[in-house]
Amino acid sequence: MTAVPASSATPVLEVDDLTVEFRTPKGVVNAVNGISYEVHRGETVAILGESGSGKSVSVQAVMGILDSPPGFVTNGRVLFEGKDLLTSSAEEQRAVRGPGVSMIFQDALSSLNPVFTVGYQIAEMFRAHRGASRKEAKEAAVELLDRVNIPEARRRANAFPHQFSGGMRQRVMIAMALALDPKLLIADEPTTALDVTVQAQIMQLLKDLQRETGMGLLLITHDLGVVNEVADRVVVMYAGGVVETGTVDEVFADPSHPYTEGLMASIPSVESKGTRLRPIVGTPPDLSRIPSGCSFHPRCPRRVLENAPPGKNCRDDVPLLLPVGVPGRASACHYREEVLGA
Amino acid sequence: MGRYVARRLLLTIPVLIGASFLIFAMVYALPGDPIRALAGDRPLSAAVQAQLRAEYNLDDPLWLQYIKYVGDLVQGDFGTDFSGRDVSETIFQRLPVTAKLALAAVIFEAVIGLVAGILAGIRRGSFFDNLVLISTTLIVSIPVFVLGFVAQFAFGLKLGLFPTSGIGDGWYSYVLPGLVLASLSLAYVARLTRTSLAENLRQDYVRTARAKGLKPSVVIGKHTLRNSMIPVVTFIGADIGALMGGAIVTESIFNIPGLGRAVYDAVLRQEGAVVVGIVTLFVFFYIFFNLLVDVLYALLDPRIRYD
Repeated sequence: MTAVPASSATPVLEVDDLTVEFRTPKGVVNAVNGISYEVHRGETVAILGESGSGKSVSVQAVMGILDSPPGFVTNGRVLFEGKDLLTSSAEEQRAVRGPGVSMIFQDALSSLNPVFTVGYQIAEMFRAHRGASRKEAKEAAVELLDRVNIPEARRRANAFPHQFSGGMRQRVMIAMALALDPKLLIADEPTTALDVTVQAQIMQLLKDLQRETGMGLLLITHDLGVVNEVADRVVVMYAGGVVETGTVDEVFADPSHPYTEGLMASIPSVESKGTRLRPIVGTPPDLSRIPSGCSFHPRCPRRVLENAPPGKNCRDDVPLLLPVGVPGRASACHYREEVLGA
Repeated sequence: MGRYVARRLLLTIPVLIGASFLIFAMVYALPGDPIRALAGDRPLSAAVQAQLRAEYNLDDPLWLQYIKYVGDLVQGDFGTDFSGRDVSETIFQRLPVTAKLALAAVIFEAVIGLVAGILAGIRRGSFFDNLVLISTTLIVSIPVFVLGFVAQFAFGLKLGLFPTSGIGDGWYSYVLPGLVLASLSLAYVARLTRTSLAENLRQDYVRTARAKGLKPSVVIGKHTLRNSMIPVVTFIGADIGALMGGAIVTESIFNIPGLGRAVYDAVLRQEGAVVVGIVTLFVFFYIFFNLLVDVLYALLDPRIRYD
C-alpha cells in the first residue's frame, strides 16, 4: 500500500492488490488488475472511472456478489475491519453483507424485486440477520422509510417498487441498505439514472445519513461533479487499474496523471464557454487486450516512446502506483513529478 | 377487478354462440345421411325416415336448425342422441371421468414439470440439465397417439404395471393415461420453468438479494422463483382447459368413458346434438380457465392491474 491513510486506525475496508478476471469463451478479460485502496470510518472515497474501467466489478468482488463463473478473483485481499473476506467461508461473508457492508445500485427499479412490497423487502433485512418477528421488522421498515424522507411511510411501505418515482425508489434502496447500520455503504452509480435535481437530493441524503451514522462511503461514479462535491478522497481507475489516488481537493486542483489531467480538462466551465469541449482522444481499451506498458499510453498526449530514460518507456515499462507530492498521494505515471508540476 | 371479471364473463356469451354455431355447421356439412347410417343394412320405410327427420329437425335449413337447438339449450335441454338418451345425461355421467383424467394430468404436469425445470434451471449445463433438455425434446417430437400406444403396450401389457384400458381400478386407472395426456405440456412446463428461472437469475434484483446477505435458498427459492413462476402458472392454468378438450385421443386409446370418447363416437355417428353440446362445453371450460389465469396473473404480478 503506497497511499498513507488519513488516520492511523484500522480502516473499515482495505482492498489490497485485488485482481479479477472474466473467463469467457472468447478469452480472458482482465477487468481488475491489482488495485488497492482503503476506506475509513466517516470517510467518503470515490472510485472514478469511465464505463468499462472495472470500477463496478471491483466492488462486486468486494461485496462477494461477483457472477462466478465467468468472474473470478485471482489475487488480492479484501479486509473488512481487518478480516479477509475472500478467505472467509460463505456463511461468514453472508453475515457481513447487510450489517457490515451494504450496497445500493444504479437502477433501483430493476434492483428491487417487482413482486414484493418495499416494506417487505426492507423488513427482510431484520428478519434474515436479526431474526426479528414479522411485525417488529415491518415497524422497523416503516421507521427507515420515514428516515429517508419518504412521505406517508406507513402507507407507502405496502406499495410495490413500480409505484414509486425514480428518486423515491433510490430512497427505498438506501433505506434497505442502511437497515442494519452498516459500517460501510457501497454506492454503485447511485444517481446516474436520476435527473439532476433528484441527484442532488439523493447525494445530500447520503451525506446526511453518513454524518449521523459515521459509516464509510465508497462511491462508484463517472461523474466528476459528484466526486468534487461529496468525496474526501478519490481513486481514479483506468483499464482495470488505479492510475491516481489522493484527496479530491489536491487531485482536482493539480492532477499527477495525464488521464486525470484529461478528465479535468474535459469539464466544461464558465471560462470555457463558447469554446469546443476537450475530450480525451481515442477510446478506452478492450480489457481482453490491454495495451503493453502503461495502459493509457496510446491515448496519452505526454507519452515518451523514443529516447526514454531506462525503465520509463511508456510502451514497454509498466508504471507502478508510487507516491507523489504530499503524503497520501500516488500516481501510476513514469513522469508523475513532471505532470504534477505542469 | 370485479368489473373486469364481469365484462370478461359477458364476453364469453358471443364467443360461445360463435363457437357452437361453427361446430354445428361443421357437423351439418359432414357427408352422408345420419338417418340412413343409423338404419344400417335394415332399410327403414320412407315414413319412419321422414318421422325421424322431423323429430331431429333435419329437414330445416341450417340456421333454423341452429336456432331451434339454441332455443332448447337455453331451457336446459341439450337434446337427445339417436337412441333417445338425453345429451345432458351423457354429459353429467362422463364429465367427472374427464375431469379426473385432466386433474391427474395437471398434477403430473405441474409436479414433474416444475421440479425438472427448477433443477435444470439452477444447474444449467449440468448432466441433469442436459437430460431434461434431451428428454423433453424427445417427448415433444413424438405424437401423443404413438406415445399412448407405446406406453399402453410397454407399461400396461408387457410389464403389467398399470391397467391397459377402462377405469375399473379407480384412481390407479388414471395414472398411465394421465401421464400420456400430460406428456406434451409437462415437457413445455419443464422448459418454460428452466428458461424463466435462468433468465430471472440474471436479473438485478437477484444481485440485490445476494448483497442483502440472504441465504442462497432464500435468494433462489423466494426472490427468483416467485418471479419465474409467473409465466409457468399462466401456462398451466390455460392448459387445464386444453387438457379437457385434448383428452379425445387419450380417452380413445385407453378406452376411458369420458367426454372425449363420447365426442369421438358421436362424430362417427354424426350425432350433431352430442358433438355440439360437448364441444361447446369444452370451449366454455377453455374460456373459463383462461379467465381464471388472467385473474391469477394479477395476483402473482402486482404490476398487472385491469381496471
